[in-house]
Amino acid sequence: MSERDTRTDGEPDILAELQAEVAQDLADERPPVGGPAYQVVAALVVLAFGVGGAVLAHGYGLGSLKRPGPGLWPFAVSIVIAVLAVVLLVIGRTLDDAEKFTKASFLVLAGGATFVGLGILLPTIGFEIPAVLLGIVWLRFLGGESWRSTIVISIATTAAFYLLFLYALKIPLPHLF
Amino acid sequence: MDWNAFLDGFAVVTEPTNLLYCLIGVLIGMLIGVLPGLGPAATMAILLPIAYNAGDPVSAIIMLAGIYYGAQYGGTITSVLLRIPGEASSVVTVFDGFALAKQGKAGTALGVAAIGSFFGATVSIIGLTLLGPIVASYALDFGPPEYAALALLGVLLVATVGNGHTVKALVAAAVGLLLATVGSDTFTSANRFTFDSLELQGGIDFVVVAMGLFGVGEILYNLEERHGKIHVPAAIANIWPSRKDLKQASPAIGRGSVIGFFLGVLPGGGAVMASLAAYAAEKRVAKDPSRFGRGAIEGVAGPESANNAAATSSFIPLLTIGIPANASMAMLFAALLVVGVTPGPQLIDENPELFWGVINSMYIGNLILLVLSIPLVGIFVKILRVRPAILAPITALITILGVYTIRNSVFDIFLMIGFGILGYLMKKTGFEPGPLVLAFVLGSLMESSFRRSMLLFDGDATGFVTRPISGTILAFLLLVLLLPLLKRLLRRRVTETTTPDHHDHDDHDERAELR
Repeated sequence: MSERDTRTDGEPDILAELQAEVAQDLADERPPVGGPAYQVVAALVVLAFGVGGAVLAHGYGLGSLKRPGPGLWPFAVSIVIAVLAVVLLVIGRTLDDAEKFTKASFLVLAGGATFVGLGILLPTIGFEIPAVLLGIVWLRFLGGESWRSTIVISIATTAAFYLLFLYALKIPLPHLF
Repeated sequence: MDWNAFLDGFAVVTEPTNLLYCLIGVLIGMLIGVLPGLGPAATMAILLPIAYNAGDPVSAIIMLAGIYYGAQYGGTITSVLLRIPGEASSVVTVFDGFALAKQGKAGTALGVAAIGSFFGATVSIIGLTLLGPIVASYALDFGPPEYAALALLGVLLVATVGNGHTVKALVAAAVGLLLATVGSDTFTSANRFTFDSLELQGGIDFVVVAMGLFGVGEILYNLEERHGKIHVPAAIANIWPSRKDLKQASPAIGRGSVIGFFLGVLPGGGAVMASLAAYAAEKRVAKDPSRFGRGAIEGVAGPESANNAAATSSFIPLLTIGIPANASMAMLFAALLVVGVTPGPQLIDENPELFWGVINSMYIGNLILLVLSIPLVGIFVKILRVRPAILAPITALITILGVYTIRNSVFDIFLMIGFGILGYLMKKTGFEPGPLVLAFVLGSLMESSFRRSMLLFDGDATGFVTRPISGTILAFLLLVLLLPLLKRLLRRRVTETTTPDHHDHDDHDERAELR
């Protein structure tokens, strides 16, 4: 069967079919679009960043073009950021490239919190227990794995890192055991 | 060309440890190419601490390079079998690759892709071997103004060529430049943006930035976007393409290799753009363009040869001028700095072992990939069944423990988490983190070149334009900036007389008008 035959009337066209499937998949996988509020807030944050940078850089001393001071370059860059932010405020409101925060965004918050937790606990009680805990949170609560695979994978991963860092690579990670 | 140094490079690669690192690199590359989610830049970022800890810097660089070009092979597999591009550079392979798979010719598609990839990469490495030293000797004459212009060009191209809105990409790039100024100023040692923090005085380490934005950012983003859908790959039989298929594909492989080589050298180019351009070229030269998207073997052969050729040739600007062409090359740039090597035209003379070791490792790495990719397809298909939930905590742990090992600093962990959250928020609001990281990497080079130039020109900025090389670069830069505007004008003209073929564009325009 040649490719040509697939395009006779009546029979579904592979190209059309594929395009439909890809479009369907994209629609399924793309989270809902964030509205103009997302764009405006993002642009305002950028604007604040640019203005703040410019004010601070100005304080470092601009110097002259002949003798650029430490603040000249960051000042120029900050002005560019601020200008681009204004452009975004003007033309960017209707963009559809922002994604709405959904319930699933709380997963990210929880994931970020476990990162911070590991950072705090690492120097005090070593990496093993926090690593196992992080594994449990991510597998069981964020990933929906069964308890059995959660425990097995968390402990196996931590053990593997223990061997890898402390014995194979001989890197001194803070460790309890 | 210095043939002795070139041959010595092979001696470097064939040391058992280097061969092992090369093998590990390409295997990791293929693996992450197969797994949707983490891209090559993110993986290289996550594994950057290895550069600090590896006994031999050359091995670490060989491995990181292997990840990049290995990923180009892996991305094909999921494109063909699942209609999911594992890598952005394999997106166009989806159309014809999956159509072939539907006709029971998945094996043919994968086989042709592997052969095309190998051929494209090899053409590119030969080009790199021959051209690299020439470009480097030419670039030795570059002064600060040329570097300032080149860095600006690199940043702008990455921002304008990448996907996503151009203004947003430019914002990201500018923020990257600003972040690069944090710390004590190299000229006057005045503290900038340090907020009296001792840790910030030395500046922000770009390994931390890259690991945060690419690594943690993508891990967090995937946490939210993860889907429980389990994909069932198409069955594969008969991987070796028939002689007829090969004959049909070989012109496409040739064209794809050439297109890929040239687009890879261009700053901001690289594998993604090359694969798109090669697909468009194949469609244009085909006698019957309507076959494309319905299982044309050229539609797989062209882009796959091109993305590998481009992945390889994008090493040229990095290794010979010291300007990374894309985000993945920026990671390699970072890794080179970590091992105490400043990439640039002097690299080939000062570090011939590293220069030729890395280049020649690609000959061998690609051979490994060709030999492995076909028999390993079955295993990689099985890996696809591993649920992302299981991989997520492992990558998360690698990132945190990895960033800590750089300086034994908990501050770095928190800084990285901060950048991770920034990266996540950027993705949510449509800002690409790529331009930020690249601009950050080039930031200090750009600033110091700019300031040296101003001293050199005695405050007269027209010097940038009147020097022949920097002037040419700036003219090219202007062209790049104006091109999208021209294109938009042209497109508006075309849509007035268009066929319904371009309906996606029209929809977009209409929607914009409705608002």
